[in-house]
Amino acid sequence: MTAMRRAILVDRIATGILWGIGIFVVAILLAIIGHFLLAAIGTLSPSFLFGEPSDTEVGGIGPLIWNSVYILVLTLLITVPLGTLGGIYMAEYAGEGRITNIIRFSQELISSVPSIVVGMFGLALFVNLTHWSFTALGGALALAVFNLPLMSRLAEQAIRAVPEDERAASLALGSTKWQTIVHVVLPIAIPGLVTGVILTAGRIFGEAAALLFTAGVSTPTHYEFGNLNLTDPRSPWSPFHTATTLSVYIWKLNSDALGSFVQQVANASAAVLILMVLIFNLGARGLGRLLQRRVTGA
Amino acid sequence: MTTLTPAPAPPHMPDLPPSPDVRPMMPVMRPGGRAALDSDVAPKLGMRRVNVYYGTKRAVRDVDLAIPPNAVTAFIGPSGCGKSTILRCFNRMNDLIPSARVEGEVLFNGDDIGAKDVQPVAVRQRIGLVFQKPNPFPMSIYENVAYGPRRHGVKSRAAIDEVVEKSLKRAAIWDEVKDDFRRKSGLALSGGQQQRLCIARTLATDPEVILMDEPCSALDPIATLKIEALINELRSTVTIVIVTHNMQQASRVSDRTAFFTMGDDRAGYLVEVGPTLQIFTNPGEQLTEDYVSGRFG
Repeated sequence: MTAMRRAILVDRIATGILWGIGIFVVAILLAIIGHFLLAAIGTLSPSFLFGEPSDTEVGGIGPLIWNSVYILVLTLLITVPLGTLGGIYMAEYAGEGRITNIIRFSQELISSVPSIVVGMFGLALFVNLTHWSFTALGGALALAVFNLPLMSRLAEQAIRAVPEDERAASLALGSTKWQTIVHVVLPIAIPGLVTGVILTAGRIFGEAAALLFTAGVSTPTHYEFGNLNLTDPRSPWSPFHTATTLSVYIWKLNSDALGSFVQQVANASAAVLILMVLIFNLGARGLGRLLQRRVTGA
Repeated sequence: MTTLTPAPAPPHMPDLPPSPDVRPMMPVMRPGGRAALDSDVAPKLGMRRVNVYYGTKRAVRDVDLAIPPNAVTAFIGPSGCGKSTILRCFNRMNDLIPSARVEGEVLFNGDDIGAKDVQPVAVRQRIGLVFQKPNPFPMSIYENVAYGPRRHGVKSRAAIDEVVEKSLKRAAIWDEVKDDFRRKSGLALSGGQQQRLCIARTLATDPEVILMDEPCSALDPIATLKIEALINELRSTVTIVIVTHNMQQASRVSDRTAFFTMGDDRAGYLVEVGPTLQIFTNPGEQLTEDYVSGRFG
């Protein structure tokens, strides 16, 4: 066999393997989605999506969806601005050196602390020390603790990926470093920042361990959406309400609930959770594109 | 903080003192032209004993130079002779390289703009730079041109509309983009158009000087000719300094030419500067003669 034919054969094999891996990944995703959607058929209905949970029959998961979204938004409100600022500092100002290395090491360490440990830390700090008891805010703060380093790392990478040419062009026009960051670097980095938000959000949607001891596991009672008092723990709008999320609810159902209907509810909840993540991802990408178009005018 | 001399009335600056590296100026080659550095015209830009170091390595040695206003000066010389480094001293772009250090005086309207207490931002608002590779922002053509004025505090929409149109016209790109410049991305233009957009973007800040760092090296010959025609249009109102690898280009567009080369210590230095015609036909130094006749470099 000539060298060229050999090279072509190797090329084909490599291409085939890469295709195979790609198809495998997509197949796993489809299998997961398909499994739960099929299992959820018959249970998924408006009354399931918006109704209230029950201990004795197939109820609804409305309050749990609400709590998941509520904690997600609260956590992103803390993580995205702080994480982006951290990323700006690390990419544009920190330079190389001892302090930078210490920060980077801490980032990696906090990111890899098991979330159950973060939950216990949250219990000590945001539940007991503050006397808030189990609250959505406590849960969001615990989630922010270990998502902030991830967000800031991803923001840093997105900012570093902006070509040096663009910064030089802006500086050469007589803008300051901060103007360059705000008006050139960040707009160009938006797709990367959106990826950061999506990865962080995925972790928040899916997280159960860190929320057990911070946002609570008690099955929510009736939610009065008319109660807009933000300091009243009974109001679903208040950051101080007990907030069992969908993930935590699935964990709870599978670990201690009784009754034949339980598996049905757990499967349907899982399907809803997957769909929420999917919708959030697509929404965030669309929003990112829109935002980029807005700020760049093109 | 030292403030830069206001633009409208630059003070008269005495001629630079003679330096051992600079030969005496030759007589005017083009009658009435801008080729000569007339003794009664204050130089727009100048350098006195400028040395540039990267870390401990000297990259540029003892440059003394005077650049007349409203004329085109070309920097030519072999690769690595420090032309771009010298050019970038004039708008403090070397500040962006942490290891770079500039010694000596870099003069703009007679003020030392290299001084520590001069804000680079203030210098760059009056001395623009066009890069080798066209680098429009990934924004609409309109936003590209509006970028400078906006950052300098222009808020009024009408004023920005006006400066955008005027700048696009001055950069000879208006006719090609006038229909869709508000929506079309700067990146959707051809390479030559992108470079003219970059020049328009610089013009929008109303600079007194435009530095061009090999602006045509990434462009095809037709696009190059359009840039050269544009330089020709701008020469009466703006001081232009252009670094070029292309000697034909230097001879076509410039009034004066400075020839740099690299010494045995690998530091770039100025061999001579004079009216372009003289540098190309009757240079004062053998090194220049060898370079422009193609025997070296």
